[in-house]
Amino acid sequence: MTAAAILIQFLNGLASASSLFLVAAGLSLIFGVTRIVNFAHGSLYMLGTYIAYSLIEHFGRGPLGFWGAVLLAGLIVAAFGALVEIFLLRRIYAAPELLQLLATFALVLIVKDFALWVWGPEDLLGPRAPGLGGAVEIAGRQFPEYDLFLIVLGPLVLAILWAILTRTRWGTLVRAATEDREMAGALGVNQKWLFTGVFALGSLLAGLGGSVQIPREPANLFMDLSVISDAFVVVVVGGLGSIGGAFLAALLIAEIKAFCIGIGDVTWFGHVLSFSKLTLVVEFIVMAVVLVIRPWGLLGRQQSVPRSSGAAEAPLALPSRTAVQALVALLAALALVPVFFSGYALVLLIDIMVFALFSVSLYFIMGPGGMHSFGHAAYFGLGAYGAGLIVKSGAAMEVGLLAGPLLAGIGALVFGWFCVRLSGVYLAMLTLAFAQIAWSVVFQWDAVTGGSNGLIGIWPAPWLASKTAYYYLALAGCATGIFVLWRILYAPFGYALRAGRDSPLRADAIGIDVRSRQWGAFVIAGLAAGLAGSLSAFSKGSISPESMAVPRSVDGLVMVLLGGIQNLTGPVWGAALFTWLQDAVAREIDYWRAVLGAVILALVLAFPQGIAGYIGQFIESRRVKSAGAPA
Amino acid sequence: MKRWHMLFVAAFLVAGTAQAQPIKVGELNSYKVFTAFLDPYKKGWELALEEINKSGGVLGRKIEVISRDDNGNTGDAVRVAEELISRENVSLLMGTFPSNVGLAVSNLAAQRKMVFVAAEPLTDKIVWENGNRYTFRLRPSTYMQTAMLIPDAVKLKKAKWATVHPNYEYGQSATKWFKSLMQQKQPGVQFVSEQAPPLGKIDAGAVVQALVDAKPDAIFSSLFGPDLQKFVREGNTRGLFKNTVVFNLLAGEPEYLDPLKDETPEGWYVTGYPWNEIKTPAHQKFLAAYQAKYKDYPRLGSIVGYSTMYTVANAIKKAGSVDTEKLIAALKGLEMETPIGPIVYRPIDGQSTMGAYVGKLAKKDGKGVMVNWHFSDGALFLPPFEEVRAMRKE
Repeated sequence: MTAAAILIQFLNGLASASSLFLVAAGLSLIFGVTRIVNFAHGSLYMLGTYIAYSLIEHFGRGPLGFWGAVLLAGLIVAAFGALVEIFLLRRIYAAPELLQLLATFALVLIVKDFALWVWGPEDLLGPRAPGLGGAVEIAGRQFPEYDLFLIVLGPLVLAILWAILTRTRWGTLVRAATEDREMAGALGVNQKWLFTGVFALGSLLAGLGGSVQIPREPANLFMDLSVISDAFVVVVVGGLGSIGGAFLAALLIAEIKAFCIGIGDVTWFGHVLSFSKLTLVVEFIVMAVVLVIRPWGLLGRQQSVPRSSGAAEAPLALPSRTAVQALVALLAALALVPVFFSGYALVLLIDIMVFALFSVSLYFIMGPGGMHSFGHAAYFGLGAYGAGLIVKSGAAMEVGLLAGPLLAGIGALVFGWFCVRLSGVYLAMLTLAFAQIAWSVVFQWDAVTGGSNGLIGIWPAPWLASKTAYYYLALAGCATGIFVLWRILYAPFGYALRAGRDSPLRADAIGIDVRSRQWGAFVIAGLAAGLAGSLSAFSKGSISPESMAVPRSVDGLVMVLLGGIQNLTGPVWGAALFTWLQDAVAREIDYWRAVLGAVILALVLAFPQGIAGYIGQFIESRRVKSAGAPA
Repeated sequence: MKRWHMLFVAAFLVAGTAQAQPIKVGELNSYKVFTAFLDPYKKGWELALEEINKSGGVLGRKIEVISRDDNGNTGDAVRVAEELISRENVSLLMGTFPSNVGLAVSNLAAQRKMVFVAAEPLTDKIVWENGNRYTFRLRPSTYMQTAMLIPDAVKLKKAKWATVHPNYEYGQSATKWFKSLMQQKQPGVQFVSEQAPPLGKIDAGAVVQALVDAKPDAIFSSLFGPDLQKFVREGNTRGLFKNTVVFNLLAGEPEYLDPLKDETPEGWYVTGYPWNEIKTPAHQKFLAAYQAKYKDYPRLGSIVGYSTMYTVANAIKKAGSVDTEKLIAALKGLEMETPIGPIVYRPIDGQSTMGAYVGKLAKKDGKGVMVNWHFSDGALFLPPFEEVRAMRKE
């Protein structure tokens, strides 16, 4: 690269960094105060672009029309954010951790279908910015004026946010709530409105982030998901709740990307290395490296533990006799299904059982392990690919069923070693980073994994080829897997694991090596998820990289949360409900995503403890009543 | 007397339903993921279905299409296809958009011994490396469309080329075929830069700048959708296209061309579908029917959906039955009309000879159009039979 090329790519990086920072800053603010992992932040960004597009069409493309529309779009999104906070999130702050994530996930589904309904399927390319539509010559190259504007906008927004947070009373309250929201509440700060205000401000930034993209990017239905992962990465690399950190991280990531593209292909020792292809995953590599070196991000500090994020979880009691009987009855009923049904019922049930095992394995580390994994699909995918690759190399399918989980276990062994060194959202994001890195390897390694097409022709051995036979195999595999995971939770290992979650210090004091237990739990969960992946691969006959991509990880989270994270059987019900719902709704309704989202929202509001959690509480209260509780 | 009467009515009803029992066709596609293409596609097959059933259906029976959303991933697609096969008892399958989903469904079709008419997936593998006797594909593949651009590219005698493609199978094989075909036809051609941005996430400013710095004489691109729009706007602003010719697959398809409006880069060589300039009777008839029904103009997706539906109907008609083996025999060598010309499903690999329009982009009244276009017959842009046989490993 010449000096001029380096300068221009540096400026490109600056412009991208500003765009990234606007979205990430809002996300960081919201998380800092409310502790909500706002999945819908990308949807707010997308709404910003779409609304700005419509407003410009309405007001005309003059300077007033354009800039007025950009600002107004931000404000409309802010108002929408405030309404979401007041009518939805406010009701579930006391719910178990991460439930808010489920609510915002439902919003993503609804907003996406809403945008399709209002704006239609075609991409909408907006006009250039009036007055900034051309290019200026820098170092002999044409550089867009609008990018210069963005380069200024980022630091400007940073300065304004900094002033609001440090120079105004409201800002002081926000910082106080970020540090210790209970204490802020105790001192008479009206938390409700503070939260609403922060959520609105965060939404404003997301909306503006979207609306200023009008001259650079068409409004389209992919924007929400493509921006959300980047925004999370920036927030976490910068350090949660740190606005300056977010700016620094945005700068780092955008510059690295710009230079990967600028460098292009490089030949090292006869091998061509494509830096351009690296852009598929480079932000996640950066995140993994940063988190391994600095566990709280570039400018973050150790998180204070919020004191009342839902009621403390009751110790895990042995299941009652009735519960065991019910589960055995369920198993017997499942075993009898092929006698009465054939065909699709078995196909759907195999899917449900596979996802039940997958979500129980996720629950295993999330619930009792206390380690939230946002990248659990990695082990599902490694299991599927492990099985597929072995079979493709000529081995028997039965060998594949063993090799898949083994590969997933090895993956968990490696990734887990790094992840257990972190905690909270940082740990979650590191699991995501590793999952994305694994995904990108599978996605790009054409010669071995079949690249984006994946592997096909992975069918079970002849004696298992019939649907009924495979159903029994899946039932046996999943039931055994789930039983073993449950059993481990009542073994000394499981008790030690929970002790480590509830009080790492005390657990350490009585001689439990918390980290090694967590690491062990990671590997066990990886093995189980791998088994689910292998079983899934042979039931479908093919695997492709989506089986280990972010949406699969999110599905896992949704299943666990829907069932109830504080309940042993919750993930099973969650998996069954989610899979069945998706199947049933998608068949009947065009806008099935919105309906699915609405159903999830209704469930979240009605049963914040999850379905199983609710039933558990209901039975408990009945028992207490019938036992004649003292008045 | 009354009882006899009832019996007669009942017998009549039974006979009537048996005769009118429709032929079920299973359709699946990623409607919620690739909406811009698939919304017109759905309108296309719905129009064809209406026409077919209005004229009495096939074999004296109506056709019923049971359509499902496959959610754009292979796992869900296989489940949905299984549902269509085992619960809905469809006679054959059609549809799919992304290559990986197309391949997974084709693989399932072979396992379940069910005919599958792949509508849209462009991957060459579905009829070649991973081809099977149950799968037939309508659209001209990545190879065919790339090959259609080669004559013009060779004519320009440009020495230094740069390439840019979305980083997944379609883009990768487009670039791979373009390079290898160019090296055959124009020995000594140089490739100076290769950009592979992630699908839907192109960092357009940086990519355009890298291409400017590589100073190519011409660019081959397979970008589409939002990536294409971002690339075009940045390229226009940064003057990339001023002295550099661009060849871009698919960019003339209304789905991807229309959003560009006054940004449309003039002089690009593209494959596409100039719907308002095709004056053949077959197309006029299709156009009139489509506009009457939907008050909208057709996109390329509409042609694909319409022709896929007719493929299915014609195959059943020719087979005289919905038996899988008879359908395969009927589809091999099936000749039929489409709005954009006659096609044949080749017996050797199940690929149809559907062609595409090749031309240059221009701006007209603030909108993008294709000019100087010609129709490239797909049959002329396929590798020789020996090569196909070798790839199919048969």
